[in-house]
Amino acid sequence: MTALSITPIRRPSWLTLPLTIGAVIILFWLVVTVLAPVLSPYDPLEMAGRRLQAPSWAHWLGTDALGRDVLSRTLYGAFHSLPIAVIVVALSVAIGATLGAISGFIGGIIGAAIMRLVDVTLSFPPMLLAMAVAASLGPGLENAAVAMVIVWWPVYARLMRAQVLEVREREHVEAAVASGASDSRVLTKHILPLCWTPVLISATMDLGQVILLAASLSFIGLGATPPTPEWGSMISDGAAQFYSWWVALGPGLAILTIVLGFNFIGDGLHDYFDPKSK
Amino acid sequence: MARYILRRLIAMPFLVLGIVTLAFLLTTVTKGDPLTAIVSDRQMNDPEAVAAAKARWGLDRSLPERYLIYVGNLLSGDLGTSFITRRPVAQDVLFRLPATLELVIAAMLVGTTIGITLGVLAAYFHNTGIDHLARFFALFGSSIPVFWLGLALLYVFSVKWGILPGPGRIDPRADLPAMVTGFMTIDTLLAGKIRLFFDALWHLILPAFVLGWAVAGTISRLVRANMLEVLDREFILTARAKGAGEFRVVVRHALRNTLVPTLTVIGYSFAYLLTGAILTETVFSWPGMGSYAVDAARGLDMPAIIGVTIVGGVVFLLTNLITDIAYVIANPRVRLG
Repeated sequence: MTALSITPIRRPSWLTLPLTIGAVIILFWLVVTVLAPVLSPYDPLEMAGRRLQAPSWAHWLGTDALGRDVLSRTLYGAFHSLPIAVIVVALSVAIGATLGAISGFIGGIIGAAIMRLVDVTLSFPPMLLAMAVAASLGPGLENAAVAMVIVWWPVYARLMRAQVLEVREREHVEAAVASGASDSRVLTKHILPLCWTPVLISATMDLGQVILLAASLSFIGLGATPPTPEWGSMISDGAAQFYSWWVALGPGLAILTIVLGFNFIGDGLHDYFDPKSK
Repeated sequence: MARYILRRLIAMPFLVLGIVTLAFLLTTVTKGDPLTAIVSDRQMNDPEAVAAAKARWGLDRSLPERYLIYVGNLLSGDLGTSFITRRPVAQDVLFRLPATLELVIAAMLVGTTIGITLGVLAAYFHNTGIDHLARFFALFGSSIPVFWLGLALLYVFSVKWGILPGPGRIDPRADLPAMVTGFMTIDTLLAGKIRLFFDALWHLILPAFVLGWAVAGTISRLVRANMLEVLDREFILTARAKGAGEFRVVVRHALRNTLVPTLTVIGYSFAYLLTGAILTETVFSWPGMGSYAVDAARGLDMPAIIGVTIVGGVVFLLTNLITDIAYVIANPRVRLG
């Protein structure tokens, strides 16, 4: 008897439910970021109707104190949130990973000096330090981004240094050194390629937190300046029009879902790399 | 272990000096002119008035000079004078610190109670609906912007339903008790004003929940993970075999063995609470250090910004140090790096 063996299509083990939910949410916001001009029913900066209208068929999320359509502003807001967070995290990784790798590989006074700077920076509550820097640089989304990079890079420096210190002790590195490879070759070809994964995973998981921090800075008036449709400052508009609850509803839900998306992904990755807690 | 603690303690003064230096330097890279916070618009055109203001606030001196003066003053507990309130920053901060501490402690209580309960339930009913709900609650708490949550809850509970009070620490028409500890709940009790005590407690509920939710989430995840590990151990089986009731098994035998990591995460949550308090206080018009920091940042009040940042940094540093040392003492097997 010949048995017909059918291999069922298996769901890959890393594709867990939290990871899928997170990916779908983030994909949605990526599409919105790119297509906001097409999807938005109105211009986000122009008056689209009477001031402070409650949600209706013409304005799904109502209008704000200047008669602008809240839905359109919320959709455009994605453009002032996701790309900024990606830039902030990318710059922090670039600076932090470089300095962390130098500190781990070279050590000595330079390495120690870098790590002391890391220690001191991480001694501040992040929001407080970001506020102080953003305040002295002046308002504006770019300045807020600079402030966030200053707060965030040490995280990756510490992580990268720990990775380099660990990988440096492995046998293949010893072999490379013994066969006469130069320092820079050992670092770039034999150590760094093995160090990136945890740094990149932690960077992905941090995107949500950076979005929250950016919105918080804008909420207290240290980030985006009017009339930019940025979620944090839109919620601040909503606080000023407290009884028109819909003004803050759209941007609030936007921040909540996008950060939730990244946290779902983080949770999924955590389950995958630490299966003990499943 | 003693060497580890000693090393940490020796590092402290250097870290504090680092905090002071960094806070001072970062706020001197200012693009905005701090003079606008001191001198009125009309006087800006008057060179004499500008020069006088610069001399009065020491802005005419060089950066190293200002730094040395600042550190010198700091050693005698002087954080400078606020441009806005015109009072010593140290005095302002001390006056506002109790309000923040009261809020943070209340949030910690809320977060710990909800967090431990949820964590235990999630582990006990592992992979059931309860577990999934608890996970969702935790993820929600660390995703929701506290300032938006605060506004939304104020709108629903205070404006729509009228079952909880609006912003502030106490009924604004109330006859305030004398400030003894600065904790509104304690001061009202000390003054024997029971009705005001409940009013203060009532005002604490919303902000404490808003601030405590994220902490509850973190704690519940950690308690769940540790409980799962412990519930599989043999001593749990033994306890059950000896006829202990389920509640006793879970609380007396399992939960007790997860307390060390839980205490640690509570200690580290302090950082989150300090950050969250800044925003929560702004939304709830809470007269603490957080709203002071926000006012200072908005008004370009440099001495106040530097002062609050330094105090926040030092408080943060101390809580982390205490948590680390407590962890090492409670858990001698930990490898000290």
